[in-house]
Amino acid sequence: MSKAGTKSLSSKITVLTVTLLASCAAIAQLDPSGNWTPRFDEDRSERIAGPEIGDYLGLPLNEAARLRSDSWDAALVELPENQCREHGSDYGWRGPSNLRIWTEVDQATQKVVAYHTHLSAYGAEQTIWMDGRPHPPEYARHTWEGFSTGEWEGDQLVITTTHLKENWFSLTGIPRSDQATARVHLMRHGNYLTVAVITYDPVYLTEPLIRTVDFAYAPQSQMAPWPCEPVNEVDRPVGVVPHHLPGTNPYLEEFPARYGVPPEAARGGAETLYPEYMQKLKTMKRLPRIPRRPSAF
Amino acid sequence: MALALALGCAAAATPPPAPPPHDYSKDEVHLLKVQGNIYMLVGAGGNITLQAGDEGVLLVDSGLAPMSEKVLAAIHGLSDKPIRYIINTHFHPDHTGGNEKIAKAGMTVAGGNVVGDIGASAANQAAVFAFQTVLDRMSASSGSDRATPQGSWPTEVYTTPERKIYFNGEGIVMMHIPDAHTDGDTMVFFRRSDVISTGDIFVTNGYPFIDVEHGGNIQGELAGLNKVIDLAIPKDLQEDGTLVIPGHGRLCDVADVVFYQEMVTIVRDRVQDLISKGKTLEQVKAARPTLDYDPRYGTRPGSADRFVEAIYKSLSAKH
Repeated sequence: MSKAGTKSLSSKITVLTVTLLASCAAIAQLDPSGNWTPRFDEDRSERIAGPEIGDYLGLPLNEAARLRSDSWDAALVELPENQCREHGSDYGWRGPSNLRIWTEVDQATQKVVAYHTHLSAYGAEQTIWMDGRPHPPEYARHTWEGFSTGEWEGDQLVITTTHLKENWFSLTGIPRSDQATARVHLMRHGNYLTVAVITYDPVYLTEPLIRTVDFAYAPQSQMAPWPCEPVNEVDRPVGVVPHHLPGTNPYLEEFPARYGVPPEAARGGAETLYPEYMQKLKTMKRLPRIPRRPSAF
Repeated sequence: MALALALGCAAAATPPPAPPPHDYSKDEVHLLKVQGNIYMLVGAGGNITLQAGDEGVLLVDSGLAPMSEKVLAAIHGLSDKPIRYIINTHFHPDHTGGNEKIAKAGMTVAGGNVVGDIGASAANQAAVFAFQTVLDRMSASSGSDRATPQGSWPTEVYTTPERKIYFNGEGIVMMHIPDAHTDGDTMVFFRRSDVISTGDIFVTNGYPFIDVEHGGNIQGELAGLNKVIDLAIPKDLQEDGTLVIPGHGRLCDVADVVFYQEMVTIVRDRVQDLISKGKTLEQVKAARPTLDYDPRYGTRPGSADRFVEAIYKSLSAKH
């Protein structure tokens, strides 16, 4: 082949390579839009039947988080100002909620401006800005959903959320602070969607908490509305906040006794996340067993 | 050894060097739209609430004195109308320090024989509203407190539970909260804009500073927080609706106030329980009744102890 011919072939290969790379980049961005329904292959007992009071297993909590959780009284949720309180966007994925994701497009450029999510529980809606806008200043409001921006890392949509209102890691009162931020990885595998949530909380966690949930594509799924109107269920004096004084919560031993978990392990902490903790578990004392509660499903 | 002892004594007798004075020239004032006619000015000390409309500008608090020029620049960047009113939420200088300069840059709404009543010089500046005890504290030396310059004093004081004005198309309610952060607290409710300015009864950047030396009390503090929760109406999912501007920290809605009220109430209840068991102040502090909230609200050295001490003194005081 002549030198000119070699050069021409080289140029064609370059053009082809660039074209292929560009199309690969487009293909790698797997559009998460559509209707999805939750799978409960992970953490089923917590996510369906509901979490148990005093179950801090697998949560990298610090002492402050433990005391706050120990003090929590379920009657707190019944106060009118808490009845319609939405889950935070780092926690809402875990509930028994159908999920809808749709795309907002700039008509002129056809670029994706944002993804929007809607969960049936509480009708929670999150906007994930894809147009490169900055996060608000620190003096701006915090919300249940926070302020989210997204970017593609390969075929994963990675969402960064700041400006979250205080919320919980478990609705049994395990607190997540308003100083927390979250990174959420949306990973689509055909008709399945994995959502990996990494929460960073400098107030209540000693290391990031990573949890995953899965959804299945469900174009036939329905999205029911979620009207919520608080009412006074119990007549209380103004300003009463139900809580347990330190050392007085009578329910904390029910979880370890019911499931044969050593009370020390039930207190959680980063150590309880890792496999080597299984060896330590074998040496710990357990409480006399009490019957399990009936399963909801 | 003698030299070492002498040096040691000298070191012990010499007070630590004072920190350099704060360089306010580097501080910036930021303007944040809230809703309706209301904006929030951040960075001048305590938060300043700004209501702007055809009739002029109304401020809730005036920030630190050295930040006045920057506050005025921010106001003039938003409105070319005169500053008509300043409402002081309490007497602390991070909320009243700008009174003199900012009031003089304004012009109150007065005319005819009213000018004769209040004096021409008073009419040539913005009126400054406050509860009576704010004027008392600012105008008289007492203990270690020194009177502030006369030009910074409130010009319109009230002694009733509420004082109301109508300005820029909305009713504005000044609500006195007795013995809360201090003994002269005012919260301001903008009824049409649906915004509440709380002063330092509610802050997001730490425990409440209950100024017991100047009449503050934990029960009044909680009464103030409960008042905000009672007044505010959130939209769906306990969010938005009435917005709340705290004395310090970020813009909020009522859900943020609920979290704060729960924290203050729980800590109050714990301290009360320890007092009822006969614990001394030192024993109460040692029990760490704020432990679960310290990583969020107690990051400033000593602030948790000061909060506990204020509660203890409030609850132990004989009335």
